[in-house]
Amino acid sequence: MTETTDEKNTAAAPPESAAPAAAPLLKVRGLVRHFPITKGVLKRQVGAVQAVDGIDFDVFPGETLGVVGESGCGKSTMGRLITRLDEPTGGTIEFEGRDITHLSTGGMRPMRRDVQMIFQDPYGSLNPRHTIGGIVGTPFRLQGVEPEGGVKKEVQRLLELVGLSPEHYNRYPHEFSGGQRQRIGIARALALKPKLVVADEPVSALDVSIQAQVVNLMDDLQEELGLTYVIIAHDLSVIRHVSNRIAVMYLGKIVELADRASLYETPMHPYTKALLSAVPVPDPKRRTERDRILLKGDVPSPIEPPSGCRFRTRCWKATEVCSTTEPPLVALRAGHQVACHHPENAPDNAPESPGKESTAA
Amino acid sequence: MFSYIIRRLISAVILLLIVSAVTFGIFFVLPKLAGQTTDQLAQQYIGKAPTPADIAAVKKNLGLDKPVYEQFWDFLKGIFAGVDYKFGPEAARCNFPCFGYSFKTHIEVWPEIQSRLPVTLSLAAGAAVVWVVSGVATGVLSALRPGSLFDRAAMGVALAGVSLPMFFTGALALALFTYQWPIFQRSDYVPLLEDPFGWAQTLVLPWVTLAFLYSALYARLTRAGMLETLNEDFIRTARAKGLRERKVVVRHGLRAALTPIITVFGMDLGLLLGGALITEQVFSLQGVGAFAVQAITANDLPNILGVTLLAAFFIVLCNLVVDVLYAAVDPRVRLS
Amino acid sequence: MTDSEELTRSEPDAGSSAIAEPVAEGGTAPTAFLEVRDLKVHFPTDDGVVKSVDGLSFKLEKGRTLGIVGESGSGKSVTSLAVMGLHRASRRQRSKVRMSGEIWLDGKELIGADPDDVRRLRGREMAMIFQDPLSALHPFYSVGNQIVEAYRVHHDVDKKTARKRAIEMLDRVGIPQPDKRVDDHPHQFSGGMRQRAMIAMALVNNPELLIADEPTTALDVTVQAQILDLIRDLQKEFGSAVVIITHDLGVVAELADDLLVMYGGRCVERGPAEKVFYAPQHPYTWGLLGSMPRIDRAQTDRLIPVKGTPPSLINVPSGCAFNPRCPYADVPKDNLTRTVRPELREVGNGGTPADEGVAGGGGHFSACHMAAEERERIWTEEIAPKL
Repeated sequence: MTETTDEKNTAAAPPESAAPAAAPLLKVRGLVRHFPITKGVLKRQVGAVQAVDGIDFDVFPGETLGVVGESGCGKSTMGRLITRLDEPTGGTIEFEGRDITHLSTGGMRPMRRDVQMIFQDPYGSLNPRHTIGGIVGTPFRLQGVEPEGGVKKEVQRLLELVGLSPEHYNRYPHEFSGGQRQRIGIARALALKPKLVVADEPVSALDVSIQAQVVNLMDDLQEELGLTYVIIAHDLSVIRHVSNRIAVMYLGKIVELADRASLYETPMHPYTKALLSAVPVPDPKRRTERDRILLKGDVPSPIEPPSGCRFRTRCWKATEVCSTTEPPLVALRAGHQVACHHPENAPDNAPESPGKESTAA
Repeated sequence: MFSYIIRRLISAVILLLIVSAVTFGIFFVLPKLAGQTTDQLAQQYIGKAPTPADIAAVKKNLGLDKPVYEQFWDFLKGIFAGVDYKFGPEAARCNFPCFGYSFKTHIEVWPEIQSRLPVTLSLAAGAAVVWVVSGVATGVLSALRPGSLFDRAAMGVALAGVSLPMFFTGALALALFTYQWPIFQRSDYVPLLEDPFGWAQTLVLPWVTLAFLYSALYARLTRAGMLETLNEDFIRTARAKGLRERKVVVRHGLRAALTPIITVFGMDLGLLLGGALITEQVFSLQGVGAFAVQAITANDLPNILGVTLLAAFFIVLCNLVVDVLYAAVDPRVRLS
Repeated sequence: MTDSEELTRSEPDAGSSAIAEPVAEGGTAPTAFLEVRDLKVHFPTDDGVVKSVDGLSFKLEKGRTLGIVGESGSGKSVTSLAVMGLHRASRRQRSKVRMSGEIWLDGKELIGADPDDVRRLRGREMAMIFQDPLSALHPFYSVGNQIVEAYRVHHDVDKKTARKRAIEMLDRVGIPQPDKRVDDHPHQFSGGMRQRAMIAMALVNNPELLIADEPTTALDVTVQAQILDLIRDLQKEFGSAVVIITHDLGVVAELADDLLVMYGGRCVERGPAEKVFYAPQHPYTWGLLGSMPRIDRAQTDRLIPVKGTPPSLINVPSGCAFNPRCPYADVPKDNLTRTVRPELREVGNGGTPADEGVAGGGGHFSACHMAAEERERIWTEEIAPKL
C-alpha cells in the first residue's frame, strides 16, 4: 500500500508547438505526494491519501499556468510542492534546470529568492504584530540582501508598485481591508524580484469588485516585471481570465493540459467539459439554452481512488477499458494534452488491446 | 467504538504501570540515592532498638537486599497475587490487592484504606453532584444574559469561590452552621446504608464547602463555553427551525458546551477520590485524605505508596470513563 | 402551493394565528406575499451604530425567486435574518439590535409582533438554508434527528412518523439510500450531501418562503450546479417564494426572476433579472458586471474593477453611499451625489419614486442622481461595449 509511486519519467511529453522554444523555467516530472494514514497503537501505516499522484508539466518563462480543480484534487498540495514548502514523496522538480526536489531548507534558501508564493488568506498570512514595512521588508532580512537605497526605500517603492501608499509603511495589517492585505502579500512576494510566483487562490477570499483590482494588478506586474505565474484556483472564470495555459486536476492527477482557447472552446476531457458547463453564467437568458452536464455523486476518496481512469465512476462515457487501463496524458493536438480514452472533440483514443470488445458491445 | 474502548483500556493500563514504577522509584530508590542504607530502611519496620539480626531478617523477608527491578516486580506481583509474609507480629498472607504493611502500625495497608474509602467516596460523589448542578446551571444562566445583574453577581461570587482557600471557607461554614446556629451537628461518619439521613446530615457541610470551590470554577467554564457555543452556526439553524429558546440553549447549546466540562470533571473527580485532604481535615472526616496526611506525617512509606497508587488509579479510571463518554457524546471522536 | 404531500398542518403551538391582526402604525395593508417596507436594522456598538440595513423595501410573490446581490457588508444577510426574526430570537439578541420598518409575511406583520409568535412561523411558514452546511448542522446529532426535530416543532406527531417524513425528504433531495443515511452524522456526509440535508430540513414543513443565504458558496462548481438545480426543481414543485442571497451574479442569473442589488445597507437597483442584467441602471451594478471575469467570453481585455473599498457601515458616506467609488459622481450638478441621498426611482415612467414598499413587482428601479437618459447613454456607449 505504501509503494504506489509509479515513477514514469518517460511519459512526460512536453507540449509540442504552442509552447515557446525556450527551456522551461520549471519542469515537473512524476510528482507524487502521499500523506500516510496510520492506525492503532503502533501507528502502523494502513494507507495513504494520494493527494498528488504522478503529475508532469512544464512552466515556461513569462507565461501564466492556471491550475484548476475542485477541492481535494491536490492543486494546493501541488503548489506547496513546487515551492518546496512540502517534500515530495516521489518525482522530480527542476527549476532552471536544477533539481530542487529534495533540497534541504538551507539548500532552498538561495532558491527562495526566485520562487515566491502568494496565499489565499490575506488575514492569516500576515503577522498582526508586525508593521507593513516589517512584513514587506522581511525577505531582504532573511536573504541578507541590501537593496539599492536601503530596505525602507525599496519597501516603499514596492508598496507603490502594488497600489498602496508609501505612507502605509508603519501601519499594521488590521488597519487594512482584505484587498489591501492581499496587495501587501503580493508586495512581499515581489520584494526579491522572483522569477516564479505561485499563487494559491489569490482572490477567492475577496469581494467581486476587489477581486478585479487584484487580478488586474497581477496582470500589470507580470507585464512590468516579466513574472511567470502558476495560479491555483477553483474559479474557472478567474482562471480563464488570467492564464495562458491551464491544467485541470482531478483526484491527484492532471487530466487535461492545454492552452486557454483550446481548453475552454474545445475541452477534450469529459471532466473538463462537465466542469465548464457547471459554472453559472451571469446571463439569465442563457440558463434555458445551455445544456448542462450534471455530474452524479461525489468525488471518490483519494485514499482509494478508482482503478484505471479516476474519473470513470462519474463519467458518462466510461467503458470497460477505463477501469482497467489508466489513460496517459498525451497530446492529441498541438498544445493540447488530455488523459482520456474517449475524449470529446477528438477521435476515440482507447487502446487497441483488451478493452476493445467490451467497448464495442 | 469497541476498538476505541479497547485502545483506551490498554493505554490506561500502561499508564498505571508507569505511574506505579515512578512512585515506587520515588519512595524506594530515591532515598537510597540520597544515601539511606538498606539497613536504615529495614530499621523502620522494626521500631526502636533493632538488633542487627532483626534487620537482617527484615531485609531478607521483604527482599530489601534484592536489586531494584526485582523488588519492583515483587511489589507488582504482590499487588495482584498477594504475598506470604513470614515476618512480623501478624505474619500471614497479605491478599490481593496487597500494598504491604505499614511501617508503624504493622497493619496491612489495603484494608486500612478500604475502611476509609466509603467516607471519601461519599464526600467526593456528593460534592460532585452539588457542584456540577449548581456550577453548570449558574454558568448557563450567566451566559444567557451576559452583563446582567445576575451574571455580574454570579461571577463575583465565583471569583470569591476560586480565590478563597478551602480551610477558610470550611472553618467559616463550621463556625456558622455548627457552632453559631447548630443546624448541622458535628458527628462521625455514618454509613449510607445504615442511616441515610444521618449520612447526609454529616456530609452536607463538607459537600457544600468543597462544591463551593468547584462550582465557581465550573460556572466560569460553563459560561465561557456557552457564550462561544451560542455564536455557532448550528444555534442559528436551531432557531431557524422555530425551536423554543430554552430548547435551543439546552439541547443544542449546552450539549455542545458540555464536552470540555466533562473532561475537566473527570480529572477533578479522579483527584478527589484519591482523598480530599483539606476538607477531610477541616471536618475531621476519617477518609482516605486524612489517612494520607497521617501517613505522610509518620513517614510511613507503604501507606503513602498505597494512597498514591489508589489516587492514580482513580484518575486513570475517571479519564477512561471520560474518554468513553466523550465518544458517546461526540460522534466525530469515534472515527479518529 | 401544489400540495403533493399529505401535509395537513396540525397546530401543536396554539394561538399561532395571533399575529394576524395587523399592527397599526399607519401602514397600509400589504399587497404581496412577502413585503418589506423601509426596513432598518441597526446594531449599536462601542464605536458607533452599525447601520447594516438602512431603509430597504421590496416585495415577493409566491412562486417567484428574488435574488439579493451585494458584497460583504452590503446588508444582504442581515436582511434575510431580519425577515426570519433571527436578530431577535433570544433576549440577548434583542438587547443588541434596533429594528424598524415593516415585514409582512402572508398578511402578518413581523417586526411589531411578539417574538414568540414569529418563532412559531419560523421553520413552518418560512425556512432558511445557510452558507456552510457543516457548521450549520449540529455535529452531535444525526442528520435524521435534526430533520425530525424540525418537523416535530410544528407537527404533533410521534417520532416514527417524523422519521418516515425525514427519510422521505432526504430521498426527495437526492440522497442515496436515505433509510440508511438518515442515521448518519453530518461529518459522515460530503459537502454537497450536507447542503442537500439542510434543504431537506428547511423544506420538511412545506414552508411558503425559503431563504437561501449563499447556499452554494462553500461548494465546488459541479456540486453547486446540482444544488442550484435542486432548488429550482423544488421551487417548481412546492411553488414557494424563494429569496436567494449571493455575491455571485452567475448564481442569481441561474435562479432569480427579480434582482435587488444592495450597497451599504440600501437597495441601489432592483427590477426583473433580465432588465438588471441587460440594461443596468446604477454605476455600482455596472461595476459588479465589469469586475467579473466571465467564463462564457474569451475576454482578453482587462477587468473593470470598482476603485476603492466598500463603505464603513458606521460612517456611511453622506449623499449616495457609493459616491466615493463612483466614476460618475461629478456628473449630477451641485455636488448632489455627496449631499443628498438618492431615492429609488423607476427607470422610465418619468422616474416615479418607488414610494417605499408600495410600488414593486415588475418595475425597474434605480437609486442614482444621474438623469435616466444620461445613464442610458453611459451604459450603451461606455460600459456595455467593454463587457
